[in-house]
Amino acid sequence: MKTDLLPLSQISDALGSGGITPEALLEASLARIRAVDGKLHAFLRLTEDEARAAAKAAAKRRANRKPAGPLDGIPIGLKDIYCMEGVETTCGSKILSGYVPPYDATAVRKLKQAGAVIVGKLNMDEFAMGSSTENSAYGPTMNPWDLSRTPGGSSGGSAAAVAARLVPGSFGTDTGGSIRQPAAMVGCVGMKPTYGRVSRFGVIAFASSLDQVGPFAQDVRGVAYLLAAVAGYDENDQTSSKRPVPDYAAALDRGVRGLRIGVAREYFGEGLSPEVERAVRAGIEKLRGLGCEVRDISLPNSPHAIATYYIVATAEASSNLARYDGVRYGYRARAGQLLEMYEKTRAEGFGAEVKRRIMLGTYALSAGYYDAYYLRAQKVRALIRRDFDQAFATVDAVVSPTSPTTAFRLGEKLDDPLAMYLSDVYTVPVNLAGLPGISIPCGFDSKGLPVGLQLIGKPFDEETLLRIARAVEPAEHRLPPIVEDR
Amino acid sequence: MAIDRAQVRHVARLARLALSPEEEERFAAQLGHVLEYIERLQAVDVSGVEPLSFAGEAAGGSVMREDEPRPCLPREKVLAQAPQQNGKAFLVPRIIE
Repeated sequence: MKTDLLPLSQISDALGSGGITPEALLEASLARIRAVDGKLHAFLRLTEDEARAAAKAAAKRRANRKPAGPLDGIPIGLKDIYCMEGVETTCGSKILSGYVPPYDATAVRKLKQAGAVIVGKLNMDEFAMGSSTENSAYGPTMNPWDLSRTPGGSSGGSAAAVAARLVPGSFGTDTGGSIRQPAAMVGCVGMKPTYGRVSRFGVIAFASSLDQVGPFAQDVRGVAYLLAAVAGYDENDQTSSKRPVPDYAAALDRGVRGLRIGVAREYFGEGLSPEVERAVRAGIEKLRGLGCEVRDISLPNSPHAIATYYIVATAEASSNLARYDGVRYGYRARAGQLLEMYEKTRAEGFGAEVKRRIMLGTYALSAGYYDAYYLRAQKVRALIRRDFDQAFATVDAVVSPTSPTTAFRLGEKLDDPLAMYLSDVYTVPVNLAGLPGISIPCGFDSKGLPVGLQLIGKPFDEETLLRIARAVEPAEHRLPPIVEDR
Repeated sequence: MAIDRAQVRHVARLARLALSPEEEERFAAQLGHVLEYIERLQAVDVSGVEPLSFAGEAAGGSVMREDEPRPCLPREKVLAQAPQQNGKAFLVPRIIE
């Protein structure tokens, strides 16, 4: 197989041995984008000039045998939610069209320091609100396995770009499943770290008590490299943790013998596609075969997670998105008076789903409804977290499907917001509880669409999750039909 | 739980969103549908449960630093992003007649 089609860690090895140069890798990536992305629409814009300069600098460090780390010279893409100095950042919204941030997000700064070559900005549901990338103001992204289907969302561009081998790695954000669900839909690895593990400074906010930054790659080792590059304390994000960052890659080959894996009955109930269940159960058997002890557990409050999430997340979003008022940046509608200017700017600048969520959140926080909705949701959130705390007294990780179905068709759920929300039914509890989660490919359904297996871990125990993920990940990485090996 | 168009208009005003009559109608139906689903939380026994607003680590109080001046983004770089500005400040439509 051509080097640029290999999983990230193998490309990193090839860079280390001199089998390929950063410049050649970048040109291969750009050529693939030109050949394929007209059909996929994963990228919103490319940063070719910056990327060429970064690849040249990486090549110099590699030639001098002084690489900045395993990512030095690796092309990556960023969800268009990361502020990058001098590069338009829209968050998939018309209201931020033309916005050019004057600074780098902390994650972007760290990736540049690690030598990653940032190729461009990737499509997403507007303000990360959605599960299909169809809510982008700039048009949807297609699934590389079937162009009539969505890649999931909200980080659909980041997932599709990795699955189609446009880049070996990418970054997204995950507020309710927006990394793990699209990773499952396109058949790559996607990780949402523990809340507080990675700084969100410079990452456009959706729901601040839930948002987390995380990576995509074809392989678990690649994800470990990407996570290690961005994890750690940042004084600009007061929710970031001061805990030391472990050597994630070193944890990978410790094996899984003796680890206790919990299977929660609530994650295998009504609404789960039989084909997804079969593939995930096979993944669980694989773990058992490798020496894991599989235990039945219960997370009785998880079925309340979607209802809880759509109060908590929309309430926080209604507050966070109040800043888009047409005054300091982005789009402004023409109006004679200030109030009219605000209302028209927001009406014209936001898409339907963003308006729906602002409305729902404003309603849940408004006089007379606060106790019944917001306060109650926060109490149910405490119960959901408590269930996990109790489970982790007897197991080291929880395994489940990532999403109840494989990739759905474009347009299929657009007119039914609730049906769309339910595709995140297994991922949302993890955000509410602030835990790390990862989705790993675990086979295909009868239509040839990828299935994802989710692992949920203890707070700040990404090492165990990556270890288990490494054990279940497939030995072979099948190419989607859109990718030609040439 | 049903939500009528008057409520939709009220909430839209709070959220500073000008909605078209078609949007008012559509949102009333769709929000009603979602609220109906959310109603299930009323059946959960939350007596004696402390609300969880944040699932991060207890930071041990607020994060403070010394109050010392530091460099910040240059004014012209920030103002360059504004839809309307005069080199010193953001401009908005007249508020006081």
